Amino acid sequence: MEASKVIHAIYTDDDILMSAVKTVKAERYHIEEIYTPFPVHGLDKAMGLAPTRLAITAFLYGAVGLAVATVMMNYIMIQDWPQDIGGKPSFSFLENMPAFVPIMFELTVFFSAHLMVITFYMRSKIWPFKKAENPDPRTTDDHFLMEIAVHNNEESLTNLLKDTGAVEINIVNKDEDAH
Amino acid sequence: MASHYEAPIRRPLVTGEKSYHDVTVDVARPVEGKANRAWWIVFSIALVAFLWGIGCIIYTVSTGIGVWGLNKTVNWAWDITNFVWWVGIGHAGTLISAVLLLFRQKWRMAINRSAEAMTIFAVFQAGLFPIIHMGRPWLAYWVLPIPNQFGSLWVNFNSPLLWDVFAISTYLSVSLVFWWTGLLPDFAMLRDRAVRPFQKKIYSLVSFGWSGRAKDWQRFEEVSLVLAGLATPLVLSVHTIVSFDFATSIVPGWHTTIFPPYFVAGAIFSGFAMVNTLLIIMRKVCNLEDYITVQHIELMNIVIMLTGSIVGVAYITELFIAWYSGVEYEQFAFLNRATGPYWWAYWCMMSFNVFSPQFMWFKKLRTSIMFSFFISIVVNIGMWFERFVIIVTSLHRDYLPSSWTMFSPTFVDIGIFIGTIGFFFVLFLLYARTFPVIAQAEIKTILKSSGERYKRIRESGETLSGTGADSRTSNFKIPEETTASKPLQDNTEKLGNLLEGVGRFDASIQTADDLKVISGIGPKMEDVLNNIGIFTYAQVSKMTKREYDLLDEITGSFPGRAERDDWSGQAKNLINN
Repeated sequence: MEASKVIHAIYTDDDILMSAVKTVKAERYHIEEIYTPFPVHGLDKAMGLAPTRLAITAFLYGAVGLAVATVMMNYIMIQDWPQDIGGKPSFSFLENMPAFVPIMFELTVFFSAHLMVITFYMRSKIWPFKKAENPDPRTTDDHFLMEIAVHNNEESLTNLLKDTGAVEINIVNKDEDAH
Repeated sequence: MASHYEAPIRRPLVTGEKSYHDVTVDVARPVEGKANRAWWIVFSIALVAFLWGIGCIIYTVSTGIGVWGLNKTVNWAWDITNFVWWVGIGHAGTLISAVLLLFRQKWRMAINRSAEAMTIFAVFQAGLFPIIHMGRPWLAYWVLPIPNQFGSLWVNFNSPLLWDVFAISTYLSVSLVFWWTGLLPDFAMLRDRAVRPFQKKIYSLVSFGWSGRAKDWQRFEEVSLVLAGLATPLVLSVHTIVSFDFATSIVPGWHTTIFPPYFVAGAIFSGFAMVNTLLIIMRKVCNLEDYITVQHIELMNIVIMLTGSIVGVAYITELFIAWYSGVEYEQFAFLNRATGPYWWAYWCMMSFNVFSPQFMWFKKLRTSIMFSFFISIVVNIGMWFERFVIIVTSLHRDYLPSSWTMFSPTFVDIGIFIGTIGFFFVLFLLYARTFPVIAQAEIKTILKSSGERYKRIRESGETLSGTGADSRTSNFKIPEETTASKPLQDNTEKLGNLLEGVGRFDASIQTADDLKVISGIGPKMEDVLNNIGIFTYAQVSKMTKREYDLLDEITGSFPGRAERDDWSGQAKNLINN
């Protein structure tokens, strides 16, 4: 069990944080994580995070929902128990499809929205009874915390972060099994 | 880097000298503070109405639908009227959060949380009516397409009533998920501020362990955008499908193709009116005037004016088409609405929905809070009459003059309606006391571009970089300080440091203020402060994190209390008022 050391640099301003991220990246340090109280626009790009693919999953889930609705309507209304409702016989899916458009639309939205949100919760590891992992409670108020791993470069890293305008710099020992 | 630029012509959306920390404190205050007397009075009234409604529902279910005022001719009346009214009200929330998000309207951020809450609570009320009307609500699951013991018997997917089941369930569940996802960061803020263990536990649970990582935020924003994209056609589809309940029938007055757009416009209209009703009260009670400004109310009034006019066009189009179609049954239905025995309901509808919003053309009227509130109530009533007119006056004189009749509600009809209003307000009042009623994380993203304070800084030509810092939450500490042990100070030295920070009180030229006015300072704490030498609001207002810490060290009681209650912010307010 190896204890790894990280440095926590705390900022009080989003603009200072952004310029700090750029400086740190330019010095070729790897930023482990940044905790912010609100979405700072452009931060993901500056940190070098890959774009999220959740929108693509939403599209795929929507396609699944549409397929489910189509199969369900065809089975229930056309195959399993065809009826002649109000002089409109249900013997062909294509001819009867207009009556199923509302259901097909609703199920597309239902699948797309819920499965995308579930994917988001799973990927970001958020669910009921999950313990919060922000290292400082002020990061949900007005503080921004940057976490960088320390590899025998404490001194130079601390000096660099000090220059970027961090208001607090803490060295933290992180137990690997604490997760 | 974000430039935070916004055209100077735009009025600030957050007024007052707000920093990021101020937003946190202002949003957390109603949750962390105690409910005032007004809240308890309104809550009790709502609770009594709710219980009365439950009584009427139990009476209906145990005796039968016969306890309502329905008869052979008017066989659908208040139940469906109330249902459509509540669903209509439930349209503004998603409209504000979804459509206005797609249009990048920043003003939505102050009101979307409450509007969505209103949506969800209103759809609850709407959903009650079809379930009660089933007569055997425990068999409500029969509307679902589930394999059953009756052979290959399925629900009828050709029926708009079944489409409604799917539309409303999808709408409710998607709105709920949209709302809750947006709430996660704000619950996390309350969790991280909570002092009492019970509150900490609850907010930890409901915030799902939100930590605010950069990647989480990236996904959060993408999910919000996609949900908005999905919810926009969804919200339009729901009332479209509700209108199909009528439009696919062959009853004169219902059988019109204009219904879907007409119902959707009416829903947005009534929804915004209800948002105005609720928020005008809430901004006052929760001291949120800096976030829900007169500008917000004005913009909502403009939406009410626009959609009210669309509804007016729809009413007139209906009349024109009834005449132009040459169908004498249609012509009679509309003539009967305007001049028959229910003329008063028709003209209530016309004047409340079409005429009253036209006052909003006048800037003076639409920026008047009292007038906006009055009109919002008028519109709420008018929109209830619209549904009543469409439903009852189309039915009460059918094709067979011998069966013509009138409808009069029984006390049960009235009781259930009042009960749902009570239930709605019970939910909304509980929400206002326990939820972050403003999407504070979102507000913080626009604070530097649309906050009054930052607009002023930007216009004076100074940089916004570094202005997010707040002396109350953090001092500029040089890193050495955190590692080195603090020099031991005795109390007199600390006292000197403290008074140096806040300024000394001179009894000969100053008068002492009543510090007990500040929430968190009791008589005992006031004595302590006086002994230290703090007597005035001005002194308290100058306290920063450093002074709070010194104070905690000197008194040793209630550590962190002053910071959490934001004494300095409170004192600043007291000085300014």
